[in-house]
Amino acid sequence: MTNLEIDQTSVLRLRDIQQVYGTGEASVHALRGIDLDVAQGDYVAIMGPSGSGKSTLMNLLGCLDIASDGVYELAGHDVRSLTERELAKVRNEEIGFVFQSFNLVPRMTALANVELPLIYGGVRRAERRRLALEALDLVGLADRADHQPQQLSGGQQQRVAIARALVTSPTLVLADEPTGNLDSASTEEILGILDSLADAGRTIVIITHEENVAERAHRILTISDGLIIRDTAASTSTATAGVLQ
Amino acid sequence: MSFFEILRSAMRGVTANKLRSILTLLGVTIGVGSVILLLAVGNGSAQTVQNAISNLGTNTLTVRASQQGGGGGATTASTAGSSVKTITTTVADQLDSAGLGHVKEVVPQVSTSLTVSSTSTSSTDVSVIGSTAEYFDVSTAKVASGAAFTAADVTTSAKVAVIGSELATTLYPTGSALGQTISVDGSSFTVVGILATQSSSGFTDPNTVVIAPITRIQKSYTGYGAVSTLTVLATSSDDVAAAQGEVTVMLNQLLGVTDTSDEPFTVTNQSSLLETAAASATSFTVLLGAVAAISLLVGGIGVTNVMLVTVTERTREIGIRKALGATRGAILGQFLTEAATLTLLGGVLGVIGAVIGTHWQINGTQPVILGYSIPLALGVSVAIGVFFGVYPAARAARMRPIQALRAI
Repeated sequence: MTNLEIDQTSVLRLRDIQQVYGTGEASVHALRGIDLDVAQGDYVAIMGPSGSGKSTLMNLLGCLDIASDGVYELAGHDVRSLTERELAKVRNEEIGFVFQSFNLVPRMTALANVELPLIYGGVRRAERRRLALEALDLVGLADRADHQPQQLSGGQQQRVAIARALVTSPTLVLADEPTGNLDSASTEEILGILDSLADAGRTIVIITHEENVAERAHRILTISDGLIIRDTAASTSTATAGVLQ
Repeated sequence: MSFFEILRSAMRGVTANKLRSILTLLGVTIGVGSVILLLAVGNGSAQTVQNAISNLGTNTLTVRASQQGGGGGATTASTAGSSVKTITTTVADQLDSAGLGHVKEVVPQVSTSLTVSSTSTSSTDVSVIGSTAEYFDVSTAKVASGAAFTAADVTTSAKVAVIGSELATTLYPTGSALGQTISVDGSSFTVVGILATQSSSGFTDPNTVVIAPITRIQKSYTGYGAVSTLTVLATSSDDVAAAQGEVTVMLNQLLGVTDTSDEPFTVTNQSSLLETAAASATSFTVLLGAVAAISLLVGGIGVTNVMLVTVTERTREIGIRKALGATRGAILGQFLTEAATLTLLGGVLGVIGAVIGTHWQINGTQPVILGYSIPLALGVSVAIGVFFGVYPAARAARMRPIQALRAI
């Protein structure tokens, strides 16, 4: 089933995405044909039990991995046809990734961590500093700019990671179980930040297995055994109809 | 990502883990330093021998009584029926005045080992050499202060002596030994000269000898029998071979040797002797070089170890950086710069350490740095460090970000 009326504001467009690990009889079919469109400004939560393929999908969306088969267009780029160098540019400019385990570079200050994507983007030093401080301010950590990750709490580290994901003003913010390692207070902080980002018009895709986290999104996708089995609008926002197979 | 940015992030990497950086640095420093220093010691000892050759001149011959011909008596039975004389001062005089075309001078020496004392201290087993005034022309011993004894002193068997610099300070630690009296096995000698300090290249330490007129030494200690050596000075270094032939023939004649296959003496060419010594010094350098190479290898393995652990440990970091948009080139650049900075810094410290180290004598040898050892040691250690710093990083940088992130 092809989407004839291609949404001009579509940020993500996936068609029959397959991901197979291994070869022959030992191969694992992690994704069995995912079709998905995400519109500009949408806030999508992907849910599913562990082993359902939601993390695999997230890694594909973040260009951390390449699909075995299918079409993946991110902001107009056909990701599977990009060279290594072009992929790095897409990761740098189009995607802000928030990991469950924060993945800050150890022994580097919060500010330096937030500056990293800008360094790879070739932003000049003064401008870089200004943008990084702005991003830290946005997550309420401007006063912790000189702290190293190990001096920060889990919630604070995740906020630094969000600042790092936002600093390049990416087309898409991806969050892979961003609250999975956090207590409820920190979870609330992080979700609050994501809410305000969504309100500001950012496109967000979040993976979670917690109902209360998913409920904050505008649209909830449920994945099972490598397929999207449910696509529901959680609020009044204009969720593009997902394709069910 | 500009070169400057790569350099900055590499510097951050170097300073981020100080212990790891210091260990890497230390491995390279020790490896490079020991290679340069050990080669310098070997080279220094080889040069000492070479200096001894050039000091001696290449125009001297040494005549020694051979095993079967030597002995205390005036004559000895060498082969059945024939009576062969030994080399005495008389023979030396005859050889000197024989008018040999390529022989300039013949200097006889006797030597013995005696106790030498001043009023305050004494020194046992001192090498005492008796010779003529020409001794100072043909040997490496040079008078630094005072004067050598004269031909007249030799004629009159004067009780005068020239002593080595170390012996002088041993006997007279507070003042100059010059003009003082020393007692050699009970008889008093006046010190007329002190030798310049020499490097030790033979079996006896040239800085602790007593040199006195041969007539006096024979009269008081050794008797008038065979001399220990004759030093023959050829007219020039080109004439050494000719002089050697002339001396051999003339000595056979003077000593009444009939069977030339059984000469009671051997004539050795000083320079060939020292060439042998130089060759052994060279093999000493090679040996030290091998030891140095092993230490460089061990240092290199240390660096390799640290680098491999570092990169494996940092594969996750490489994954994070790739997820944030780092290109393979940016990551390689960072690790290359880190490894190069660490190993170069360590190498330069090693070179500085070695250069400082060569200012001290090691067992009497002044180390002399071999020019090629610096780029060699530096090059090898930097190459090892950079290869093992960059190769695993290159592998990690080739992975998809998710593979690198999942590592460990």
